[in-house]
Amino acid sequence: MNNVPAIELRNITKRFGTKVVANKNVSLTVERGEILAILGENGSGKTTLMNMISGIYFPDEGQILINGEEAVIASPKDAFRYGIGMIHQHFKLVDVLTAAENIVLGLKGSFNLKKAAEDVKRIAAQYGFEIDPMKKIYAMSVSEKQTVEIIKVLYRGADILILDEPTAVLTPQETEKLFKILRKMRDDGKSIIIITHKLHEVLAISDRVAVLRKGEYVGTVVTAEATETSLTEAMVGKKVDLNIERSLSANTPDRLIIKGLTCVNRDLQKVLDNVSFTARSGEILGIAGISGSGQRELLEAIAGLQHIQSGEISYIDPNSGVLENLRDKTPVQIRDLGVRLSFVPEDRLGMGLVGNMDITDNMMLRSYKAGNSAFLHRKEPRMLANEIIESLEVVTPSVSTPVRRLSGGNVQKVLVGREISSAPTVLMAAYPVRGLDINSSYTIYNLLNQQKERGVAVIFVGEDLDVLVELCDRILVLGSGKVTGILDGRSTTKEEIGLYMTKSTAMEAEENTAKEENADE
Amino acid sequence: MDFSVFFQRAVMQGIPLLYGSTGEIITEKSGHLNLGIPGIMYVGGISGVIGAFVYQNSAGAGGMNPFLAVFIPFICSVLGSLIMGLIYAFLTVTLRANQNVTGLALTTFGVGVGNFFGGYLIKLSNADIPSIDITPTSIFFKKTLPFAEDLGWFGKMFFSYTFMVYLAIIIALIAAYVLKKTRVGLHLRAVGENPATADAAGINVNRYKYSAICTGSVIAGIGGLYYVVDYIGSWSNDGFGDRGWLAIALVIFAIWRPHLAIPGSIVFGGLYILFQYIRSDDLAAQEIFKMAPYIVTIIVLIFISLRKKRENQPPQALGTSYFREDR
Amino acid sequence: MNENIKAASSKKHEPRFHIVKRDQMKWQKAWAIRFVAIVSALLFSALITVLLTGVDPIKFFSALVDGAFGTSRRRWLLIYETSILLCVALALTPAFKMRFWNTGGEGQVLIGGMATAACMILLGDKLPTPLLFLVMIVASVAAGAIWAVIPAFFKAIWNTNETLFTLMMNYIAIQLVGYFCQIWATPKGSGTIGIIPNGQFPALFGNQYLLNVIVVVALTAFMFVYLKYSKHGYEISVVGESENTARYIGVNVKKVIVRTVALSGAICGMVGLLLVAGTEHSITKNTAGGRGFTAIIVSWMAKFNPLYMVFSALLIVFMDRGAKQVTTLLKLNDSFSEIITGILILFIIGCEFFINYKIASKSHKEDKN
Repeated sequence: MNNVPAIELRNITKRFGTKVVANKNVSLTVERGEILAILGENGSGKTTLMNMISGIYFPDEGQILINGEEAVIASPKDAFRYGIGMIHQHFKLVDVLTAAENIVLGLKGSFNLKKAAEDVKRIAAQYGFEIDPMKKIYAMSVSEKQTVEIIKVLYRGADILILDEPTAVLTPQETEKLFKILRKMRDDGKSIIIITHKLHEVLAISDRVAVLRKGEYVGTVVTAEATETSLTEAMVGKKVDLNIERSLSANTPDRLIIKGLTCVNRDLQKVLDNVSFTARSGEILGIAGISGSGQRELLEAIAGLQHIQSGEISYIDPNSGVLENLRDKTPVQIRDLGVRLSFVPEDRLGMGLVGNMDITDNMMLRSYKAGNSAFLHRKEPRMLANEIIESLEVVTPSVSTPVRRLSGGNVQKVLVGREISSAPTVLMAAYPVRGLDINSSYTIYNLLNQQKERGVAVIFVGEDLDVLVELCDRILVLGSGKVTGILDGRSTTKEEIGLYMTKSTAMEAEENTAKEENADE
Repeated sequence: MDFSVFFQRAVMQGIPLLYGSTGEIITEKSGHLNLGIPGIMYVGGISGVIGAFVYQNSAGAGGMNPFLAVFIPFICSVLGSLIMGLIYAFLTVTLRANQNVTGLALTTFGVGVGNFFGGYLIKLSNADIPSIDITPTSIFFKKTLPFAEDLGWFGKMFFSYTFMVYLAIIIALIAAYVLKKTRVGLHLRAVGENPATADAAGINVNRYKYSAICTGSVIAGIGGLYYVVDYIGSWSNDGFGDRGWLAIALVIFAIWRPHLAIPGSIVFGGLYILFQYIRSDDLAAQEIFKMAPYIVTIIVLIFISLRKKRENQPPQALGTSYFREDR
Repeated sequence: MNENIKAASSKKHEPRFHIVKRDQMKWQKAWAIRFVAIVSALLFSALITVLLTGVDPIKFFSALVDGAFGTSRRRWLLIYETSILLCVALALTPAFKMRFWNTGGEGQVLIGGMATAACMILLGDKLPTPLLFLVMIVASVAAGAIWAVIPAFFKAIWNTNETLFTLMMNYIAIQLVGYFCQIWATPKGSGTIGIIPNGQFPALFGNQYLLNVIVVVALTAFMFVYLKYSKHGYEISVVGESENTARYIGVNVKKVIVRTVALSGAICGMVGLLLVAGTEHSITKNTAGGRGFTAIIVSWMAKFNPLYMVFSALLIVFMDRGAKQVTTLLKLNDSFSEIITGILILFIIGCEFFINYKIASKSHKEDKN
């Protein structure tokens, strides 16, 4: 009986439309009482595969066996019946409902919110979570929301838990806490699948690792026998040259000076708190931090898209040396000042590009207003589109293809290509390689390096610490909207950055002076 | 003027709106803005009239059974509006058509159906004036509580109404209770706020949408029935006027809460008849006063958008269709 | 809390089919589907008519065509009605492209007509005709624009729901017209404004409807170019697709919303002018005649493309006019045409599903293990 795996996937294939194959012929097993890590790059089909086990998608081909019997999981309801619970990367919670209401959502049986709230509290206490069952979701922080998601699954008494990138939004301490809980659940005989692309987490938590590459199943290894190198090789398919070239710039005059920048969000919480730094010409300034630490707000504030409460943003003109104030200026006003500021936002199709427009029309986004004519000139944008397609090897049927129909890497090439085509003096890029394959990522790194060599002040917001350490000249670390440290890219280590990333959250109450002392250590 | 009389008339004017808006609130809670409600209320009205007309003429004024006289128009009205609801649900839920366009088309269609059959029956009945007299049926609907008369103004304000008035209030209260306190209500709210989440939680999104749309349509349709069979007692083409749109306005006024639609409907009913209390010879001023419910609705709409309180906003997924495999 | 987790029965069948979004359908195929929908709607309408009246279906179709094209007058009426409906649809389109659901076309047309009528009545005998026309044009366009800008303004600053706001504005406009119908009633107390003698547009080349046709042709061309080739049109597309992108490239979203909706309302106001000064020479609460709503459907059916709108408007007017003839022929009442038009629209709405999605059947591989 115990030899029967909890889940067995046989030749699962899933397509989206006719062209995109998200999963191809995937077969793997999950035993009872084990933690299986599903490892793969972004876009390798990990989430799609798990969505088929949890009933969000239905496989086009293949079978799923639960406890040795063929299962038809046509809806999440079916998945619950089989004891499968999934914690999605993007939380599936209803904002205007309370935690308790969200937790009982979709359940049958007697309906008693009071009793449910008590049960929730009991489960929370059992595992050491803190939660107010009556709090509305929209009033919660990200980690509180994740707590709700996990308790939701526990409340349903799932035997098989799937966690999609659960640590992306957590501090290391919170991650460790989560891992403890997961181990406890495994020891209770539950099967846990954790999707991640962070190798050290795979090694820390899992019993076995299943690797996916470009939608295909590569193989499963026992974690104890694996190393970071062997897993990376399995994941990317070939040995990765981790050496990103980093040239040394001789002349790095100041370009952008930020002083005491503070921004608040709608709820009047400080999303940026007294941020000061200088971006220099011919240098890549990396920005590290747990996601949601103020990275987006910082770039948007510089680009003129955020309301600034206090502080200064000044730009030094490379030709005249004149200091221009950029604070409280709109993007158009900034452009009219002659400041060539390019910005590759995190949300490519929702902000940087218009998905339903073709490549040509997307080229005009920044420049369409030029000239006095009331009409558009499509000739130059079309030429630019062709140029970018050629030089960056964008795979597209034609320039008149809507960009939403391109793959992630090609979308990013179009966006970055446009942003550097205007010969910027400052280039800001937020997570420019997220979701890209290795080759496309390197194209982007090279483009950033080229810009740096041309004397552009590059600001690079990244999540992969390895890349930050190898690519950037200096690394600014943000923690809860504060600058917790500015490190030299050549001498720092991942571990050091990691330490600074969690600093502000760990010592929120302490004085600023104490923080500076720590930075000196 | 006698306030108790005014109040009584305001309630009676407000009841069709209360039915309509309770139905629309239930529909909107599932994430569907049904602009077909005016058409559905028309169909609800004419279906009831057809039922009444047929039974009346077959049984003869003397031989009518009180139960059947009420039951037949009622069930006809329910069926008529149910069919309309099913058309809307099929198009917007199953075929994922644009809700605004579908709703408006359904209103065109529903008003057409109402006036067509109305005109047809008018011709059949050979009346002098272009309306269908259903007084014999109406009498059964208009039975009121016997002791109301004895209670003076109090009785007039609270106990002098026909059963369909109380039914509207009961339905609104039940709807409020179900939405707020029961699992079905919780699930329905989740579907209207965030269908993907509801789906992931194992809720059958489409079934909830169908049920809510059909239930809402039937309730709204009964509002049409109340107006013609109970309140007026006869059908004339376009007699229902713009009450369907007012019902949609009332949804906003009640900030998507059926129990608030009860006082809201009385306010709207009062605003609707207010013009009759302005110098009755000043027809122009009356026209201005008929704007009142719409202006009040706009003010409420602006106010809730200004305050941005999450609980008072329209359901988040209102107006969008849900497709599980969207990506 | 474990009560709902039961061993699932493995006997449950897989879903036999599921729905998949299409990449993009060839336009020929898409139009073939729409054609089939229109034909089905006609057949279904014929069936309903036959069931209700027992008439010969051939008679139904011949009456339909006869009603729309039968005489020169009918043809002109068809063209006229199409041009007015098309005008309103064109007016609403820029707002729709921006994802601003302007359901207030009805009120904007009425208020434009109201402004025209006011000029005709109050200034008709005081100004020389050319000047009067100019004042009428300015007044109607401004009135329509203002009526539309009120909800747009609140949408821009507080994101107030525009579908419901513009809808409410219709009824305020209707009551306002009702008010002035009382004030200016001739004879007093009749509640209706009779034919207004001054300020009527002259019939071009002896044809009352020609002016409308010229205006609508010009407007169609203008709107096509405006949306596709102008910077304003580009901004409208960007704001409609993603407000975030618009912000990112420095488009003043609020300004674009107000400007676009003002244009939308201005053209609606102009339709009011055409109706009142051009053909009706009077105004009633019913002057807009539901076109503000029908135009939404026309614009949507044409995928917001001004050129396609010519056909969608023509189709709806054809159906309406033709069905009116069927009605007369069969001695039914007028509303029958609303039913038939409704059926047509519902069929077309439904058929879009088959253009955007397809139903895939799942082939299940047997596994004998």
